[in-house]
Amino acid sequence: MIKVSGLSKKYSGNYVVSNADALFPLGEVTSIIGPNGAGKSTLLSMVSRLTDSDAGEVLIADKPLSEWDSKALSKRLAVLRQSNNINMRFTVEELVAFGRFPHSQGRLTDNDQRIINEALQHLDIEHIKDKYLDQLSGGQRQMAFIAMTVAQDTEYLFLDEPLNNLDIKHSVEIMKILRKLAHQFNKAVVIVIHDINFASCYSDNIVAMRQGEVIKSGKVEEVIEKSVMESIYQIPFEIQQVNGKRICLYYEH
Amino acid sequence: MLNAIKSDRFKIIFLAVVSVVITGLFIGQGLNADNYSFFLSLRIPKVLAIILASVAISVSSLVFQTITNNRILTPSILGFDSLYVMIQVIIVVSLGSMSMWFNDPIVNFLLSTLIMIGFSLLLFGLYFRRKNSNVFTLLLIGIVCGSLFSSVTSFFTMLIDPNEFAVLQNSMFASFNNVNGDLVYWSIIPLTICFTYLYRISNTLDVLWLGADNAKSLGVDTQKLTIRVMLVLTIMIAVSTALVGPVLFFGLIVVSLTREMFNRYQHRFLMLACSLLSVVLLVGGQFLIEKVFSFDTTISVIINFAGGSYFLYLLMRNKLN
Amino acid sequence: MLNLKNLFTLNKLFAIFGLLILGGLSLFVGIANIDIYSLISGDPQSQTILFSSRLPRLLAICLAGAGLSVAGLIMQQVCQNRFASPSTTGTIDCAMLGYIVSLVFLSGASQWLNLSVIFAFSVAGTLIFVRFLQTLKFKNTMLVPLIGIMYGNVISALATFIAYRFDLVQTMSAWTVANFSSVLQGNYEFLYLALPACIIAYYYASQFSAASVGESFAKNIGLDYTKIVLIGVIIVAMLASAVVMIVGVIPFLGLIVPNLVALFMGDNMRRNLPWVAYWGIIMVLVCDVIGRVIIFPYEMPISMIISIFGGAVFIMLVLKDKSNA
Repeated sequence: MIKVSGLSKKYSGNYVVSNADALFPLGEVTSIIGPNGAGKSTLLSMVSRLTDSDAGEVLIADKPLSEWDSKALSKRLAVLRQSNNINMRFTVEELVAFGRFPHSQGRLTDNDQRIINEALQHLDIEHIKDKYLDQLSGGQRQMAFIAMTVAQDTEYLFLDEPLNNLDIKHSVEIMKILRKLAHQFNKAVVIVIHDINFASCYSDNIVAMRQGEVIKSGKVEEVIEKSVMESIYQIPFEIQQVNGKRICLYYEH
Repeated sequence: MLNAIKSDRFKIIFLAVVSVVITGLFIGQGLNADNYSFFLSLRIPKVLAIILASVAISVSSLVFQTITNNRILTPSILGFDSLYVMIQVIIVVSLGSMSMWFNDPIVNFLLSTLIMIGFSLLLFGLYFRRKNSNVFTLLLIGIVCGSLFSSVTSFFTMLIDPNEFAVLQNSMFASFNNVNGDLVYWSIIPLTICFTYLYRISNTLDVLWLGADNAKSLGVDTQKLTIRVMLVLTIMIAVSTALVGPVLFFGLIVVSLTREMFNRYQHRFLMLACSLLSVVLLVGGQFLIEKVFSFDTTISVIINFAGGSYFLYLLMRNKLN
Repeated sequence: MLNLKNLFTLNKLFAIFGLLILGGLSLFVGIANIDIYSLISGDPQSQTILFSSRLPRLLAICLAGAGLSVAGLIMQQVCQNRFASPSTTGTIDCAMLGYIVSLVFLSGASQWLNLSVIFAFSVAGTLIFVRFLQTLKFKNTMLVPLIGIMYGNVISALATFIAYRFDLVQTMSAWTVANFSSVLQGNYEFLYLALPACIIAYYYASQFSAASVGESFAKNIGLDYTKIVLIGVIIVAMLASAVVMIVGVIPFLGLIVPNLVALFMGDNMRRNLPWVAYWGIIMVLVCDVIGRVIIFPYEMPISMIISIFGGAVFIMLVLKDKSNA
């Protein structure tokens, strides 16, 4: 599991993330939610070593992040950020194949090919694997990138707003896949997500942030709760149980 | 996609054949039993210089674009060309064109190369002192330096006697004439080492095309890699500039053409392809210039002109994005 | 509110005062010795030097400094990028190309014809670049000046090629060295074009500001976006052409002066324009005086001094840019 304590980040005098604590356990989906400017992406970025922190500690499998060699870490942790603009013409399969780089440095073995095929199947994009990225829709491209991180075959999977550009059907499919990766394959799946109802329905844990601070973190039932949500988002909330899931209603008051 | 790969393979073999034929023609035309030793002693160093320079320039341009994650840029904007010219001008102004520092090709070569490498070490030192620096900062600092060198050059050019300037002018434009044989052999070792290094890390370079964040996620130490590769590129650029003169956009042209011709993205493949293409262009061009026309020294200017126009054309057609 | 107004007027007073002092300094520094007494007493030699050399030089400096700085300001609005300027959008290089072309193919033509050719090249070249910029989806702050500089390099390679063919390389090189020492009464008057250009720019200032937000924004508020971009490019080209033809290439001026002013005063073009012109004049004046004094009695060309100083400021601006952090 990944343990975060006291993590902070400062940009020109302002604390973008201050004193954040969080737990990302294996076998569970954890969502990071909060309004704009809450520091969600920065937190994700620091935990996945894409950005340096100014204070605090990240323990990945009981070893501090600073002691991890980036190459070794890339076999255990995969991260995908929001904007992915690619200059080169890759096919979907070529892109997914990059996910095997930490393991085989570009020289693909049969095992690699098997994992690539599995990733393509998981994301249901086998039928477009020979298409070039610039020929795809934004949603299909996003699926291809997620497939790449799946092919990386890591215990920890960090995704920053994976549902951007995805329509409802694709969003549901992705969330189902992420949940399967966590529950069936024992991965720790951590996502930054804007849609709190998706977070509520598909996560096991939630980290709720506001203005750089973690206001509440814990199981879904603890966080998706009227007073917590209202303090995070500063508008009236109503929580209703639908099909055993907690649904947030904030549309009209 | 299989068709694309097949056609790539065919194209590169074709390119290899053409380059061998052209090189052979260049070396062999008009030879007979009497004159062959004379002509060979002239042509072989020249061809070798062209091959070395073309490989160095095209590969360094290709990898430079990878490091900067941008298909429009070229290493000459780092200011090496203007630095090289400034070195020559300062030598001529202060010591005259008869001085050994200018006249002796080997001394001049060593001096120029060392100064250029020193400059890039300074540049990288300034840049890498900041953590998480953007490559663009490096480029812009390089540009400022380049502009400064140009100003200094122009200033001193004003002061030079026109006769001296005529001698100096030859070093302001890339040329394959009068390439010193020893110089060529001096260049082989550093260039081979650099090329080998880049070839060996070509898989890692491929990953850089995904962007810095994705590359880091896949375990690539982007900071260290950038520094190392830039150093290697510097050596390649410095050596080739000292060997043949300022080459400006030739690298950009070749790399852009290579990408248009071939479908594959792998550096391993592209490095080979652009090397072959640039050999064909330069040897072929030099061949034409010498045999068909008879003004030798303007080959680089013609290439830059043609290349520059091609670049503008690409810019207008928006094909670079 | 009263205090602020006083402060502002105070600033203006200081500004004018400073300008007068520097201007006076510029008039009296030089190889030939003139002083106030001989002037007042009507000494003909002093008067000749003053009116045919020093005063024109001072005026040329002011016009060039103000003109290029304002050109830079306009360019930044039109390109929606802080680092755009006549030297980073190919404008000056196109002007150089026009200069070479007119000298090679139209030698002996009137100055007006020369200027027209330079102007035409400048406008055409800049328009191409600006149109290309408009098609770029991601106007990354750093990428725009980089592409602009490369574009400028290509154009100047072309100019060098032509110069080479006609054995004019050394001469061309000398032209590019911005030099106020050869300014004399009778050969600098074209710079007066800077005055109407700046006035037109001021008139359209708020439209430029709107255009700087983006094409859709501008169109949304009823602005003829294409027209305003064209006007901007024409003014910039006019300013750059005049300065290049009379004085030479002054690097970085249009880049750093507007940015320094914006650092302290925000981005309101209408309010900034007079100050940009003012500080442009001051900067060129100071560098010119330094150039004349530093290796007296010889003169170090202003392009070298501004290269060093402007370069340092440019780097500082780049390092400060937050999107780079």
